[in-house]
Amino acid sequence: MEGWDPTTKSTLTQIPLLSVKAGPRDGGAWTQRLKEEYKALIAYTSMNKSNDNDWFRISAANPEGTRWTGKCWYVHNLLKYEFDLQFDIPVTYPATAPELELPQLDGKTQKMYRGGKICLTVHFKPLWAKNCPRFGIAHALCLGLAPWLAAEIPILVDSGMIKHKDDAASSNES
Amino acid sequence: MEAELKGLLSDLQSLKDSLPDPSHQISVGKIQARLEHLKLGNAQRSKIKDMSAEVVDSNPYSRLMALQRMGIVDNYERIREFSVAIVGIGGVGSVAAEMLTRCGIGRLLLYDYDKVELANMNRLFFRPEQVGMTKTDAAVQTLSDINPDVVLESYTLNITTVQGFEIFMSSLKNKSFRPDKEGTGVDLVLSCVDNYEARMVVNQGCNELNQTWMESGVSENAVSGHIQLLVPGETACFACAPPLVVASGVDERTLKREGVCAASLPTTMGVVAGLLVQNTLKYLLKFGNVTPYLGYNALKDYFPTMEMKPNPQCSNAACLERQKEYILAKPARDAAARAKMEAEAFVEPECLHADNEWNISVVDDSDVQDSSASSGALPEGLVHELPSADEFQKPPASAETTATPIDDLEDLRKQLEALNAA
Ligand SMILES: [Zn+2]
Repeated sequence: MEGWDPTTKSTLTQIPLLSVKAGPRDGGAWTQRLKEEYKALIAYTSMNKSNDNDWFRISAANPEGTRWTGKCWYVHNLLKYEFDLQFDIPVTYPATAPELELPQLDGKTQKMYRGGKICLTVHFKPLWAKNCPRFGIAHALCLGLAPWLAAEIPILVDSGMIKHKDDAASSNES
Repeated sequence: MEAELKGLLSDLQSLKDSLPDPSHQISVGKIQARLEHLKLGNAQRSKIKDMSAEVVDSNPYSRLMALQRMGIVDNYERIREFSVAIVGIGGVGSVAAEMLTRCGIGRLLLYDYDKVELANMNRLFFRPEQVGMTKTDAAVQTLSDINPDVVLESYTLNITTVQGFEIFMSSLKNKSFRPDKEGTGVDLVLSCVDNYEARMVVNQGCNELNQTWMESGVSENAVSGHIQLLVPGETACFACAPPLVVASGVDERTLKREGVCAASLPTTMGVVAGLLVQNTLKYLLKFGNVTPYLGYNALKDYFPTMEMKPNPQCSNAACLERQKEYILAKPARDAAARAKMEAEAFVEPECLHADNEWNISVVDDSDVQDSSASSGALPEGLVHELPSADEFQKPPASAETTATPIDDLEDLRKQLEALNAA
């Protein structure tokens, strides 16, 4: 795992691995996979909360569990910046990772494809491919979105591309 | 142009209405008539029923039909029977679509979910006034102007989503254009997408439909590209081995990627689109050798080629089914090949020497042995883009303890929601 910072590495190893290789078109096997996805997300979310590093909310937006929506946030200079998060589970999942979208940042940074899909590092796809089918949504968030936010949000804030919403910090404190 | 003429005409009308002198009104009326005529002349050419080989400057197909006279292609006009699906109407797909349109292809199916933007103007095909239109609509606008004979279908959707994939599959299966065609409703699928995820989806669909397709790609640093032919069961599918890409000769990890996702050049994309459509024409019209894989390294002007056999351990279930069918069909295939060889053995000597009045000896190209590499080692200049899935070390003990005993989907969903609400 060269190219990853130690925190990401150690967090990753604590997220439960998945075992069912099934995508949204695989019927009952997909339901089994979905259960594993939930277990991994529950473990990851609880872990973040107990480490005082809560940084996202995600839930299935349809009963099939093929579309997910939620929020993610990042604290920079003591201010919290929050964004909508959404993605679809691709038909070739888990051979290919979900493409994570932050639609509110579409067009604001070059590190993004059209539609607000975040541009992942050279390290992400090889690691995902190597670990198919053990990595799931939780791993994609940990390896894809967390480092992206850490790298891009400070730049976006400092360059004035995104502004802080004054009420965002107080209303979401847990 | 159309809109400008319209505006001009209505301006003239209001001028005419405001003129008190009838003689002036008549001269304005004459200008209007001339403009109307211009507007008609500016409209699309009408459809052409049969492709003619007649060499006149009003025949858009004369130079193409000449391929037949020169003996390159047996029956060029067959191109009108073919349907080609192009997935991804970006820098490569749009140019490929224009080339096929100018060649008089029968039908094009275009898939993309993106819109045209100014950032695309370093590439070919789309024009600044199309900014904001969907790529599929903008493409249909331009292509139908260039050649109204081509049947164009546009699908503004993302094929990687469950819903988009269903529409993609049913559009490929639709046979209304040529009901007697065997297999699917299309002759070839061209993948012109810019990411691994979408390629895997095209691969999935084509494996399930037993549909031959060609894949194309340009590297993110814009200085290399490739095209690849994929025949389910017969050649490696896109999931059989990690994708092959042309090494740029620069260490990927030392490449500066700060601040940008991808670079692009109209040249590299144009070259790759050209290679892709050339291979498409050879495949459809049956001339020359259809390449199984052709790479392009722009920095070194190097074009590696290779062939890849399917992987019996491929992770794609549909690929394994196609492999099984291909093996079962081997005796029939061998018999057909033998019959074809025997038939050619009878005809060939006469053909070769019939008009060879100078008695020049001709070296038969087919005698030259193909020296392509076996599927094991990669030719110089090609590398795998991604690693294969490997055995992961046992999950650490801590992971086991955090695992919840609950195994009901609804309970799990509620548990996550409770955590989210906390
Ligand atoms: Zn395969």
